[in-house]
Amino acid sequence: MSNIPHLLVHDHEDNVGVVVVEGLTAGTEMFCCVTHDNSTFTLTAGADVPIGHKIALKDLKNGDTAVKYGEDIGKVIADISKGEHVHTHNCKTKRW
Amino acid sequence: MASKYSNITVKGFRRENGRVGVRNHVLILPVDDISNAACEAVANNVKGTMAIPHAYGRLQFGEDLEVHFRTMIGTGSNANVHSVVVIGIEPDWTKRIADGIRETGKEVAEFSIEQKGDFETIRAASWAAKDFVHKATEVQREECSISELWVSTKCGESDTTTGLGSCPTVGNMYDKLLPEGITGFFGETSEITGAEHICQKRAINEEVGERWYKMWKAYQDDVIFAHQTDDLSDSQPTKGNILGGLTTIEEKALGNLEKIGRTSQYIDILEPAEQPNLGKGLYFMDSSSAAAECVTLMAAGGAVIHTFPTGQGNVVGNPIVPVIKITANPRTVRTMGEHIDVDVSGILRRDQTIDEAGDALIDMIRRTANGRNTAAEALGHREFSMTKLYRSA
Repeated sequence: MSNIPHLLVHDHEDNVGVVVVEGLTAGTEMFCCVTHDNSTFTLTAGADVPIGHKIALKDLKNGDTAVKYGEDIGKVIADISKGEHVHTHNCKTKRW
Repeated sequence: MASKYSNITVKGFRRENGRVGVRNHVLILPVDDISNAACEAVANNVKGTMAIPHAYGRLQFGEDLEVHFRTMIGTGSNANVHSVVVIGIEPDWTKRIADGIRETGKEVAEFSIEQKGDFETIRAASWAAKDFVHKATEVQREECSISELWVSTKCGESDTTTGLGSCPTVGNMYDKLLPEGITGFFGETSEITGAEHICQKRAINEEVGERWYKMWKAYQDDVIFAHQTDDLSDSQPTKGNILGGLTTIEEKALGNLEKIGRTSQYIDILEPAEQPNLGKGLYFMDSSSAAAECVTLMAAGGAVIHTFPTGQGNVVGNPIVPVIKITANPRTVRTMGEHIDVDVSGILRRDQTIDEAGDALIDMIRRTANGRNTAAEALGHREFSMTKLYRSA
């Protein structure tokens, strides 16, 4: 693969991906890769998101489950548009 | 069938009990906090020795005291240690620890301070320490199979890149070396929360999985729920984890568990600082997720090399066990490069596979076993942190 990805996704069931480059800015046409099988797609970043932070792969509604590694990683607590930053302000554990 | 990993050899120190070490320390071990000063004075007198001061050892009781004894005896018994000078305030607990270490066959000298004072104790202990240094420095490394190594893992300052890169690298190493016969350790009980359903299934059989789940649930009930004052969102994940992009404990746990790879299964559950007794294989040790405490417990359990994936850049080391730092985060490589032994940031760029990264880690384990100092060793990181279960009497 010649292109260096902006965003990595663990599994096809996931609805969030991880920014893996520094200095990502809103509006960037991100090259995205699903690590499970190296399949690729593109997505437009909706915000400036730091390296290591997550981006929604589709529109998520308050009450939805965030999915990563193909597993439940918590509940969405505010509506999130596709391409937006997903973190503690809009996603929370179901445990505590 | 022999794999390409079967024939890897390292130059190690074979100890009296047959175990293989990769370092050759002469330890000056305090039984209790008030013996730290004497131990440090001996280590200052005799070059080539190392004192490992700590905060506890007085008026502990019950299981908390047992963890203390196991940690002391296990640390002295570790195959990275050639010989030990034990110093305590009174003779009884000092003897208990010294005798525990003697079971390995290595040389131990014990001293107690009461009715003698620091001066006389330091004088006598310095003579013993000097004798041990002469003996230790004449011991030669000999060829050993990589399968004889006991290798532990625990990650720290995790972020989303640890789950993508550095933890799967450790997992790949275990998937390749456990079948060759190494002994492995993982743990971090509180950090499995969110992935406990997966961890339970990675036991060798249902009975071990059930015991694992009971241990994990007891921690939740007796520690977390008994002492929590908030929802723990500021402790698990930590502030550093959150800065790195981890949002929930579930997300952190799933990344953490990548350290045991795709095929590895654990064969038993160990108490904190307990030594394995079912032979070669992977063990889960009930342990804190705090880096220095966890590495200290696993070293007491017998691990001679620790593999430590980090995202945001944890700097922890250990006095007796080389800690190999692995990161996939290119920003951490750039800003904290002096702490990193294995750079696997190529995984994020998709120009390095997990298989290649696992091989790079195995090669660093081989080199570290042969004597290469890790970043943590070169930088003097010797964090020795005792696990304390509850208040002393």
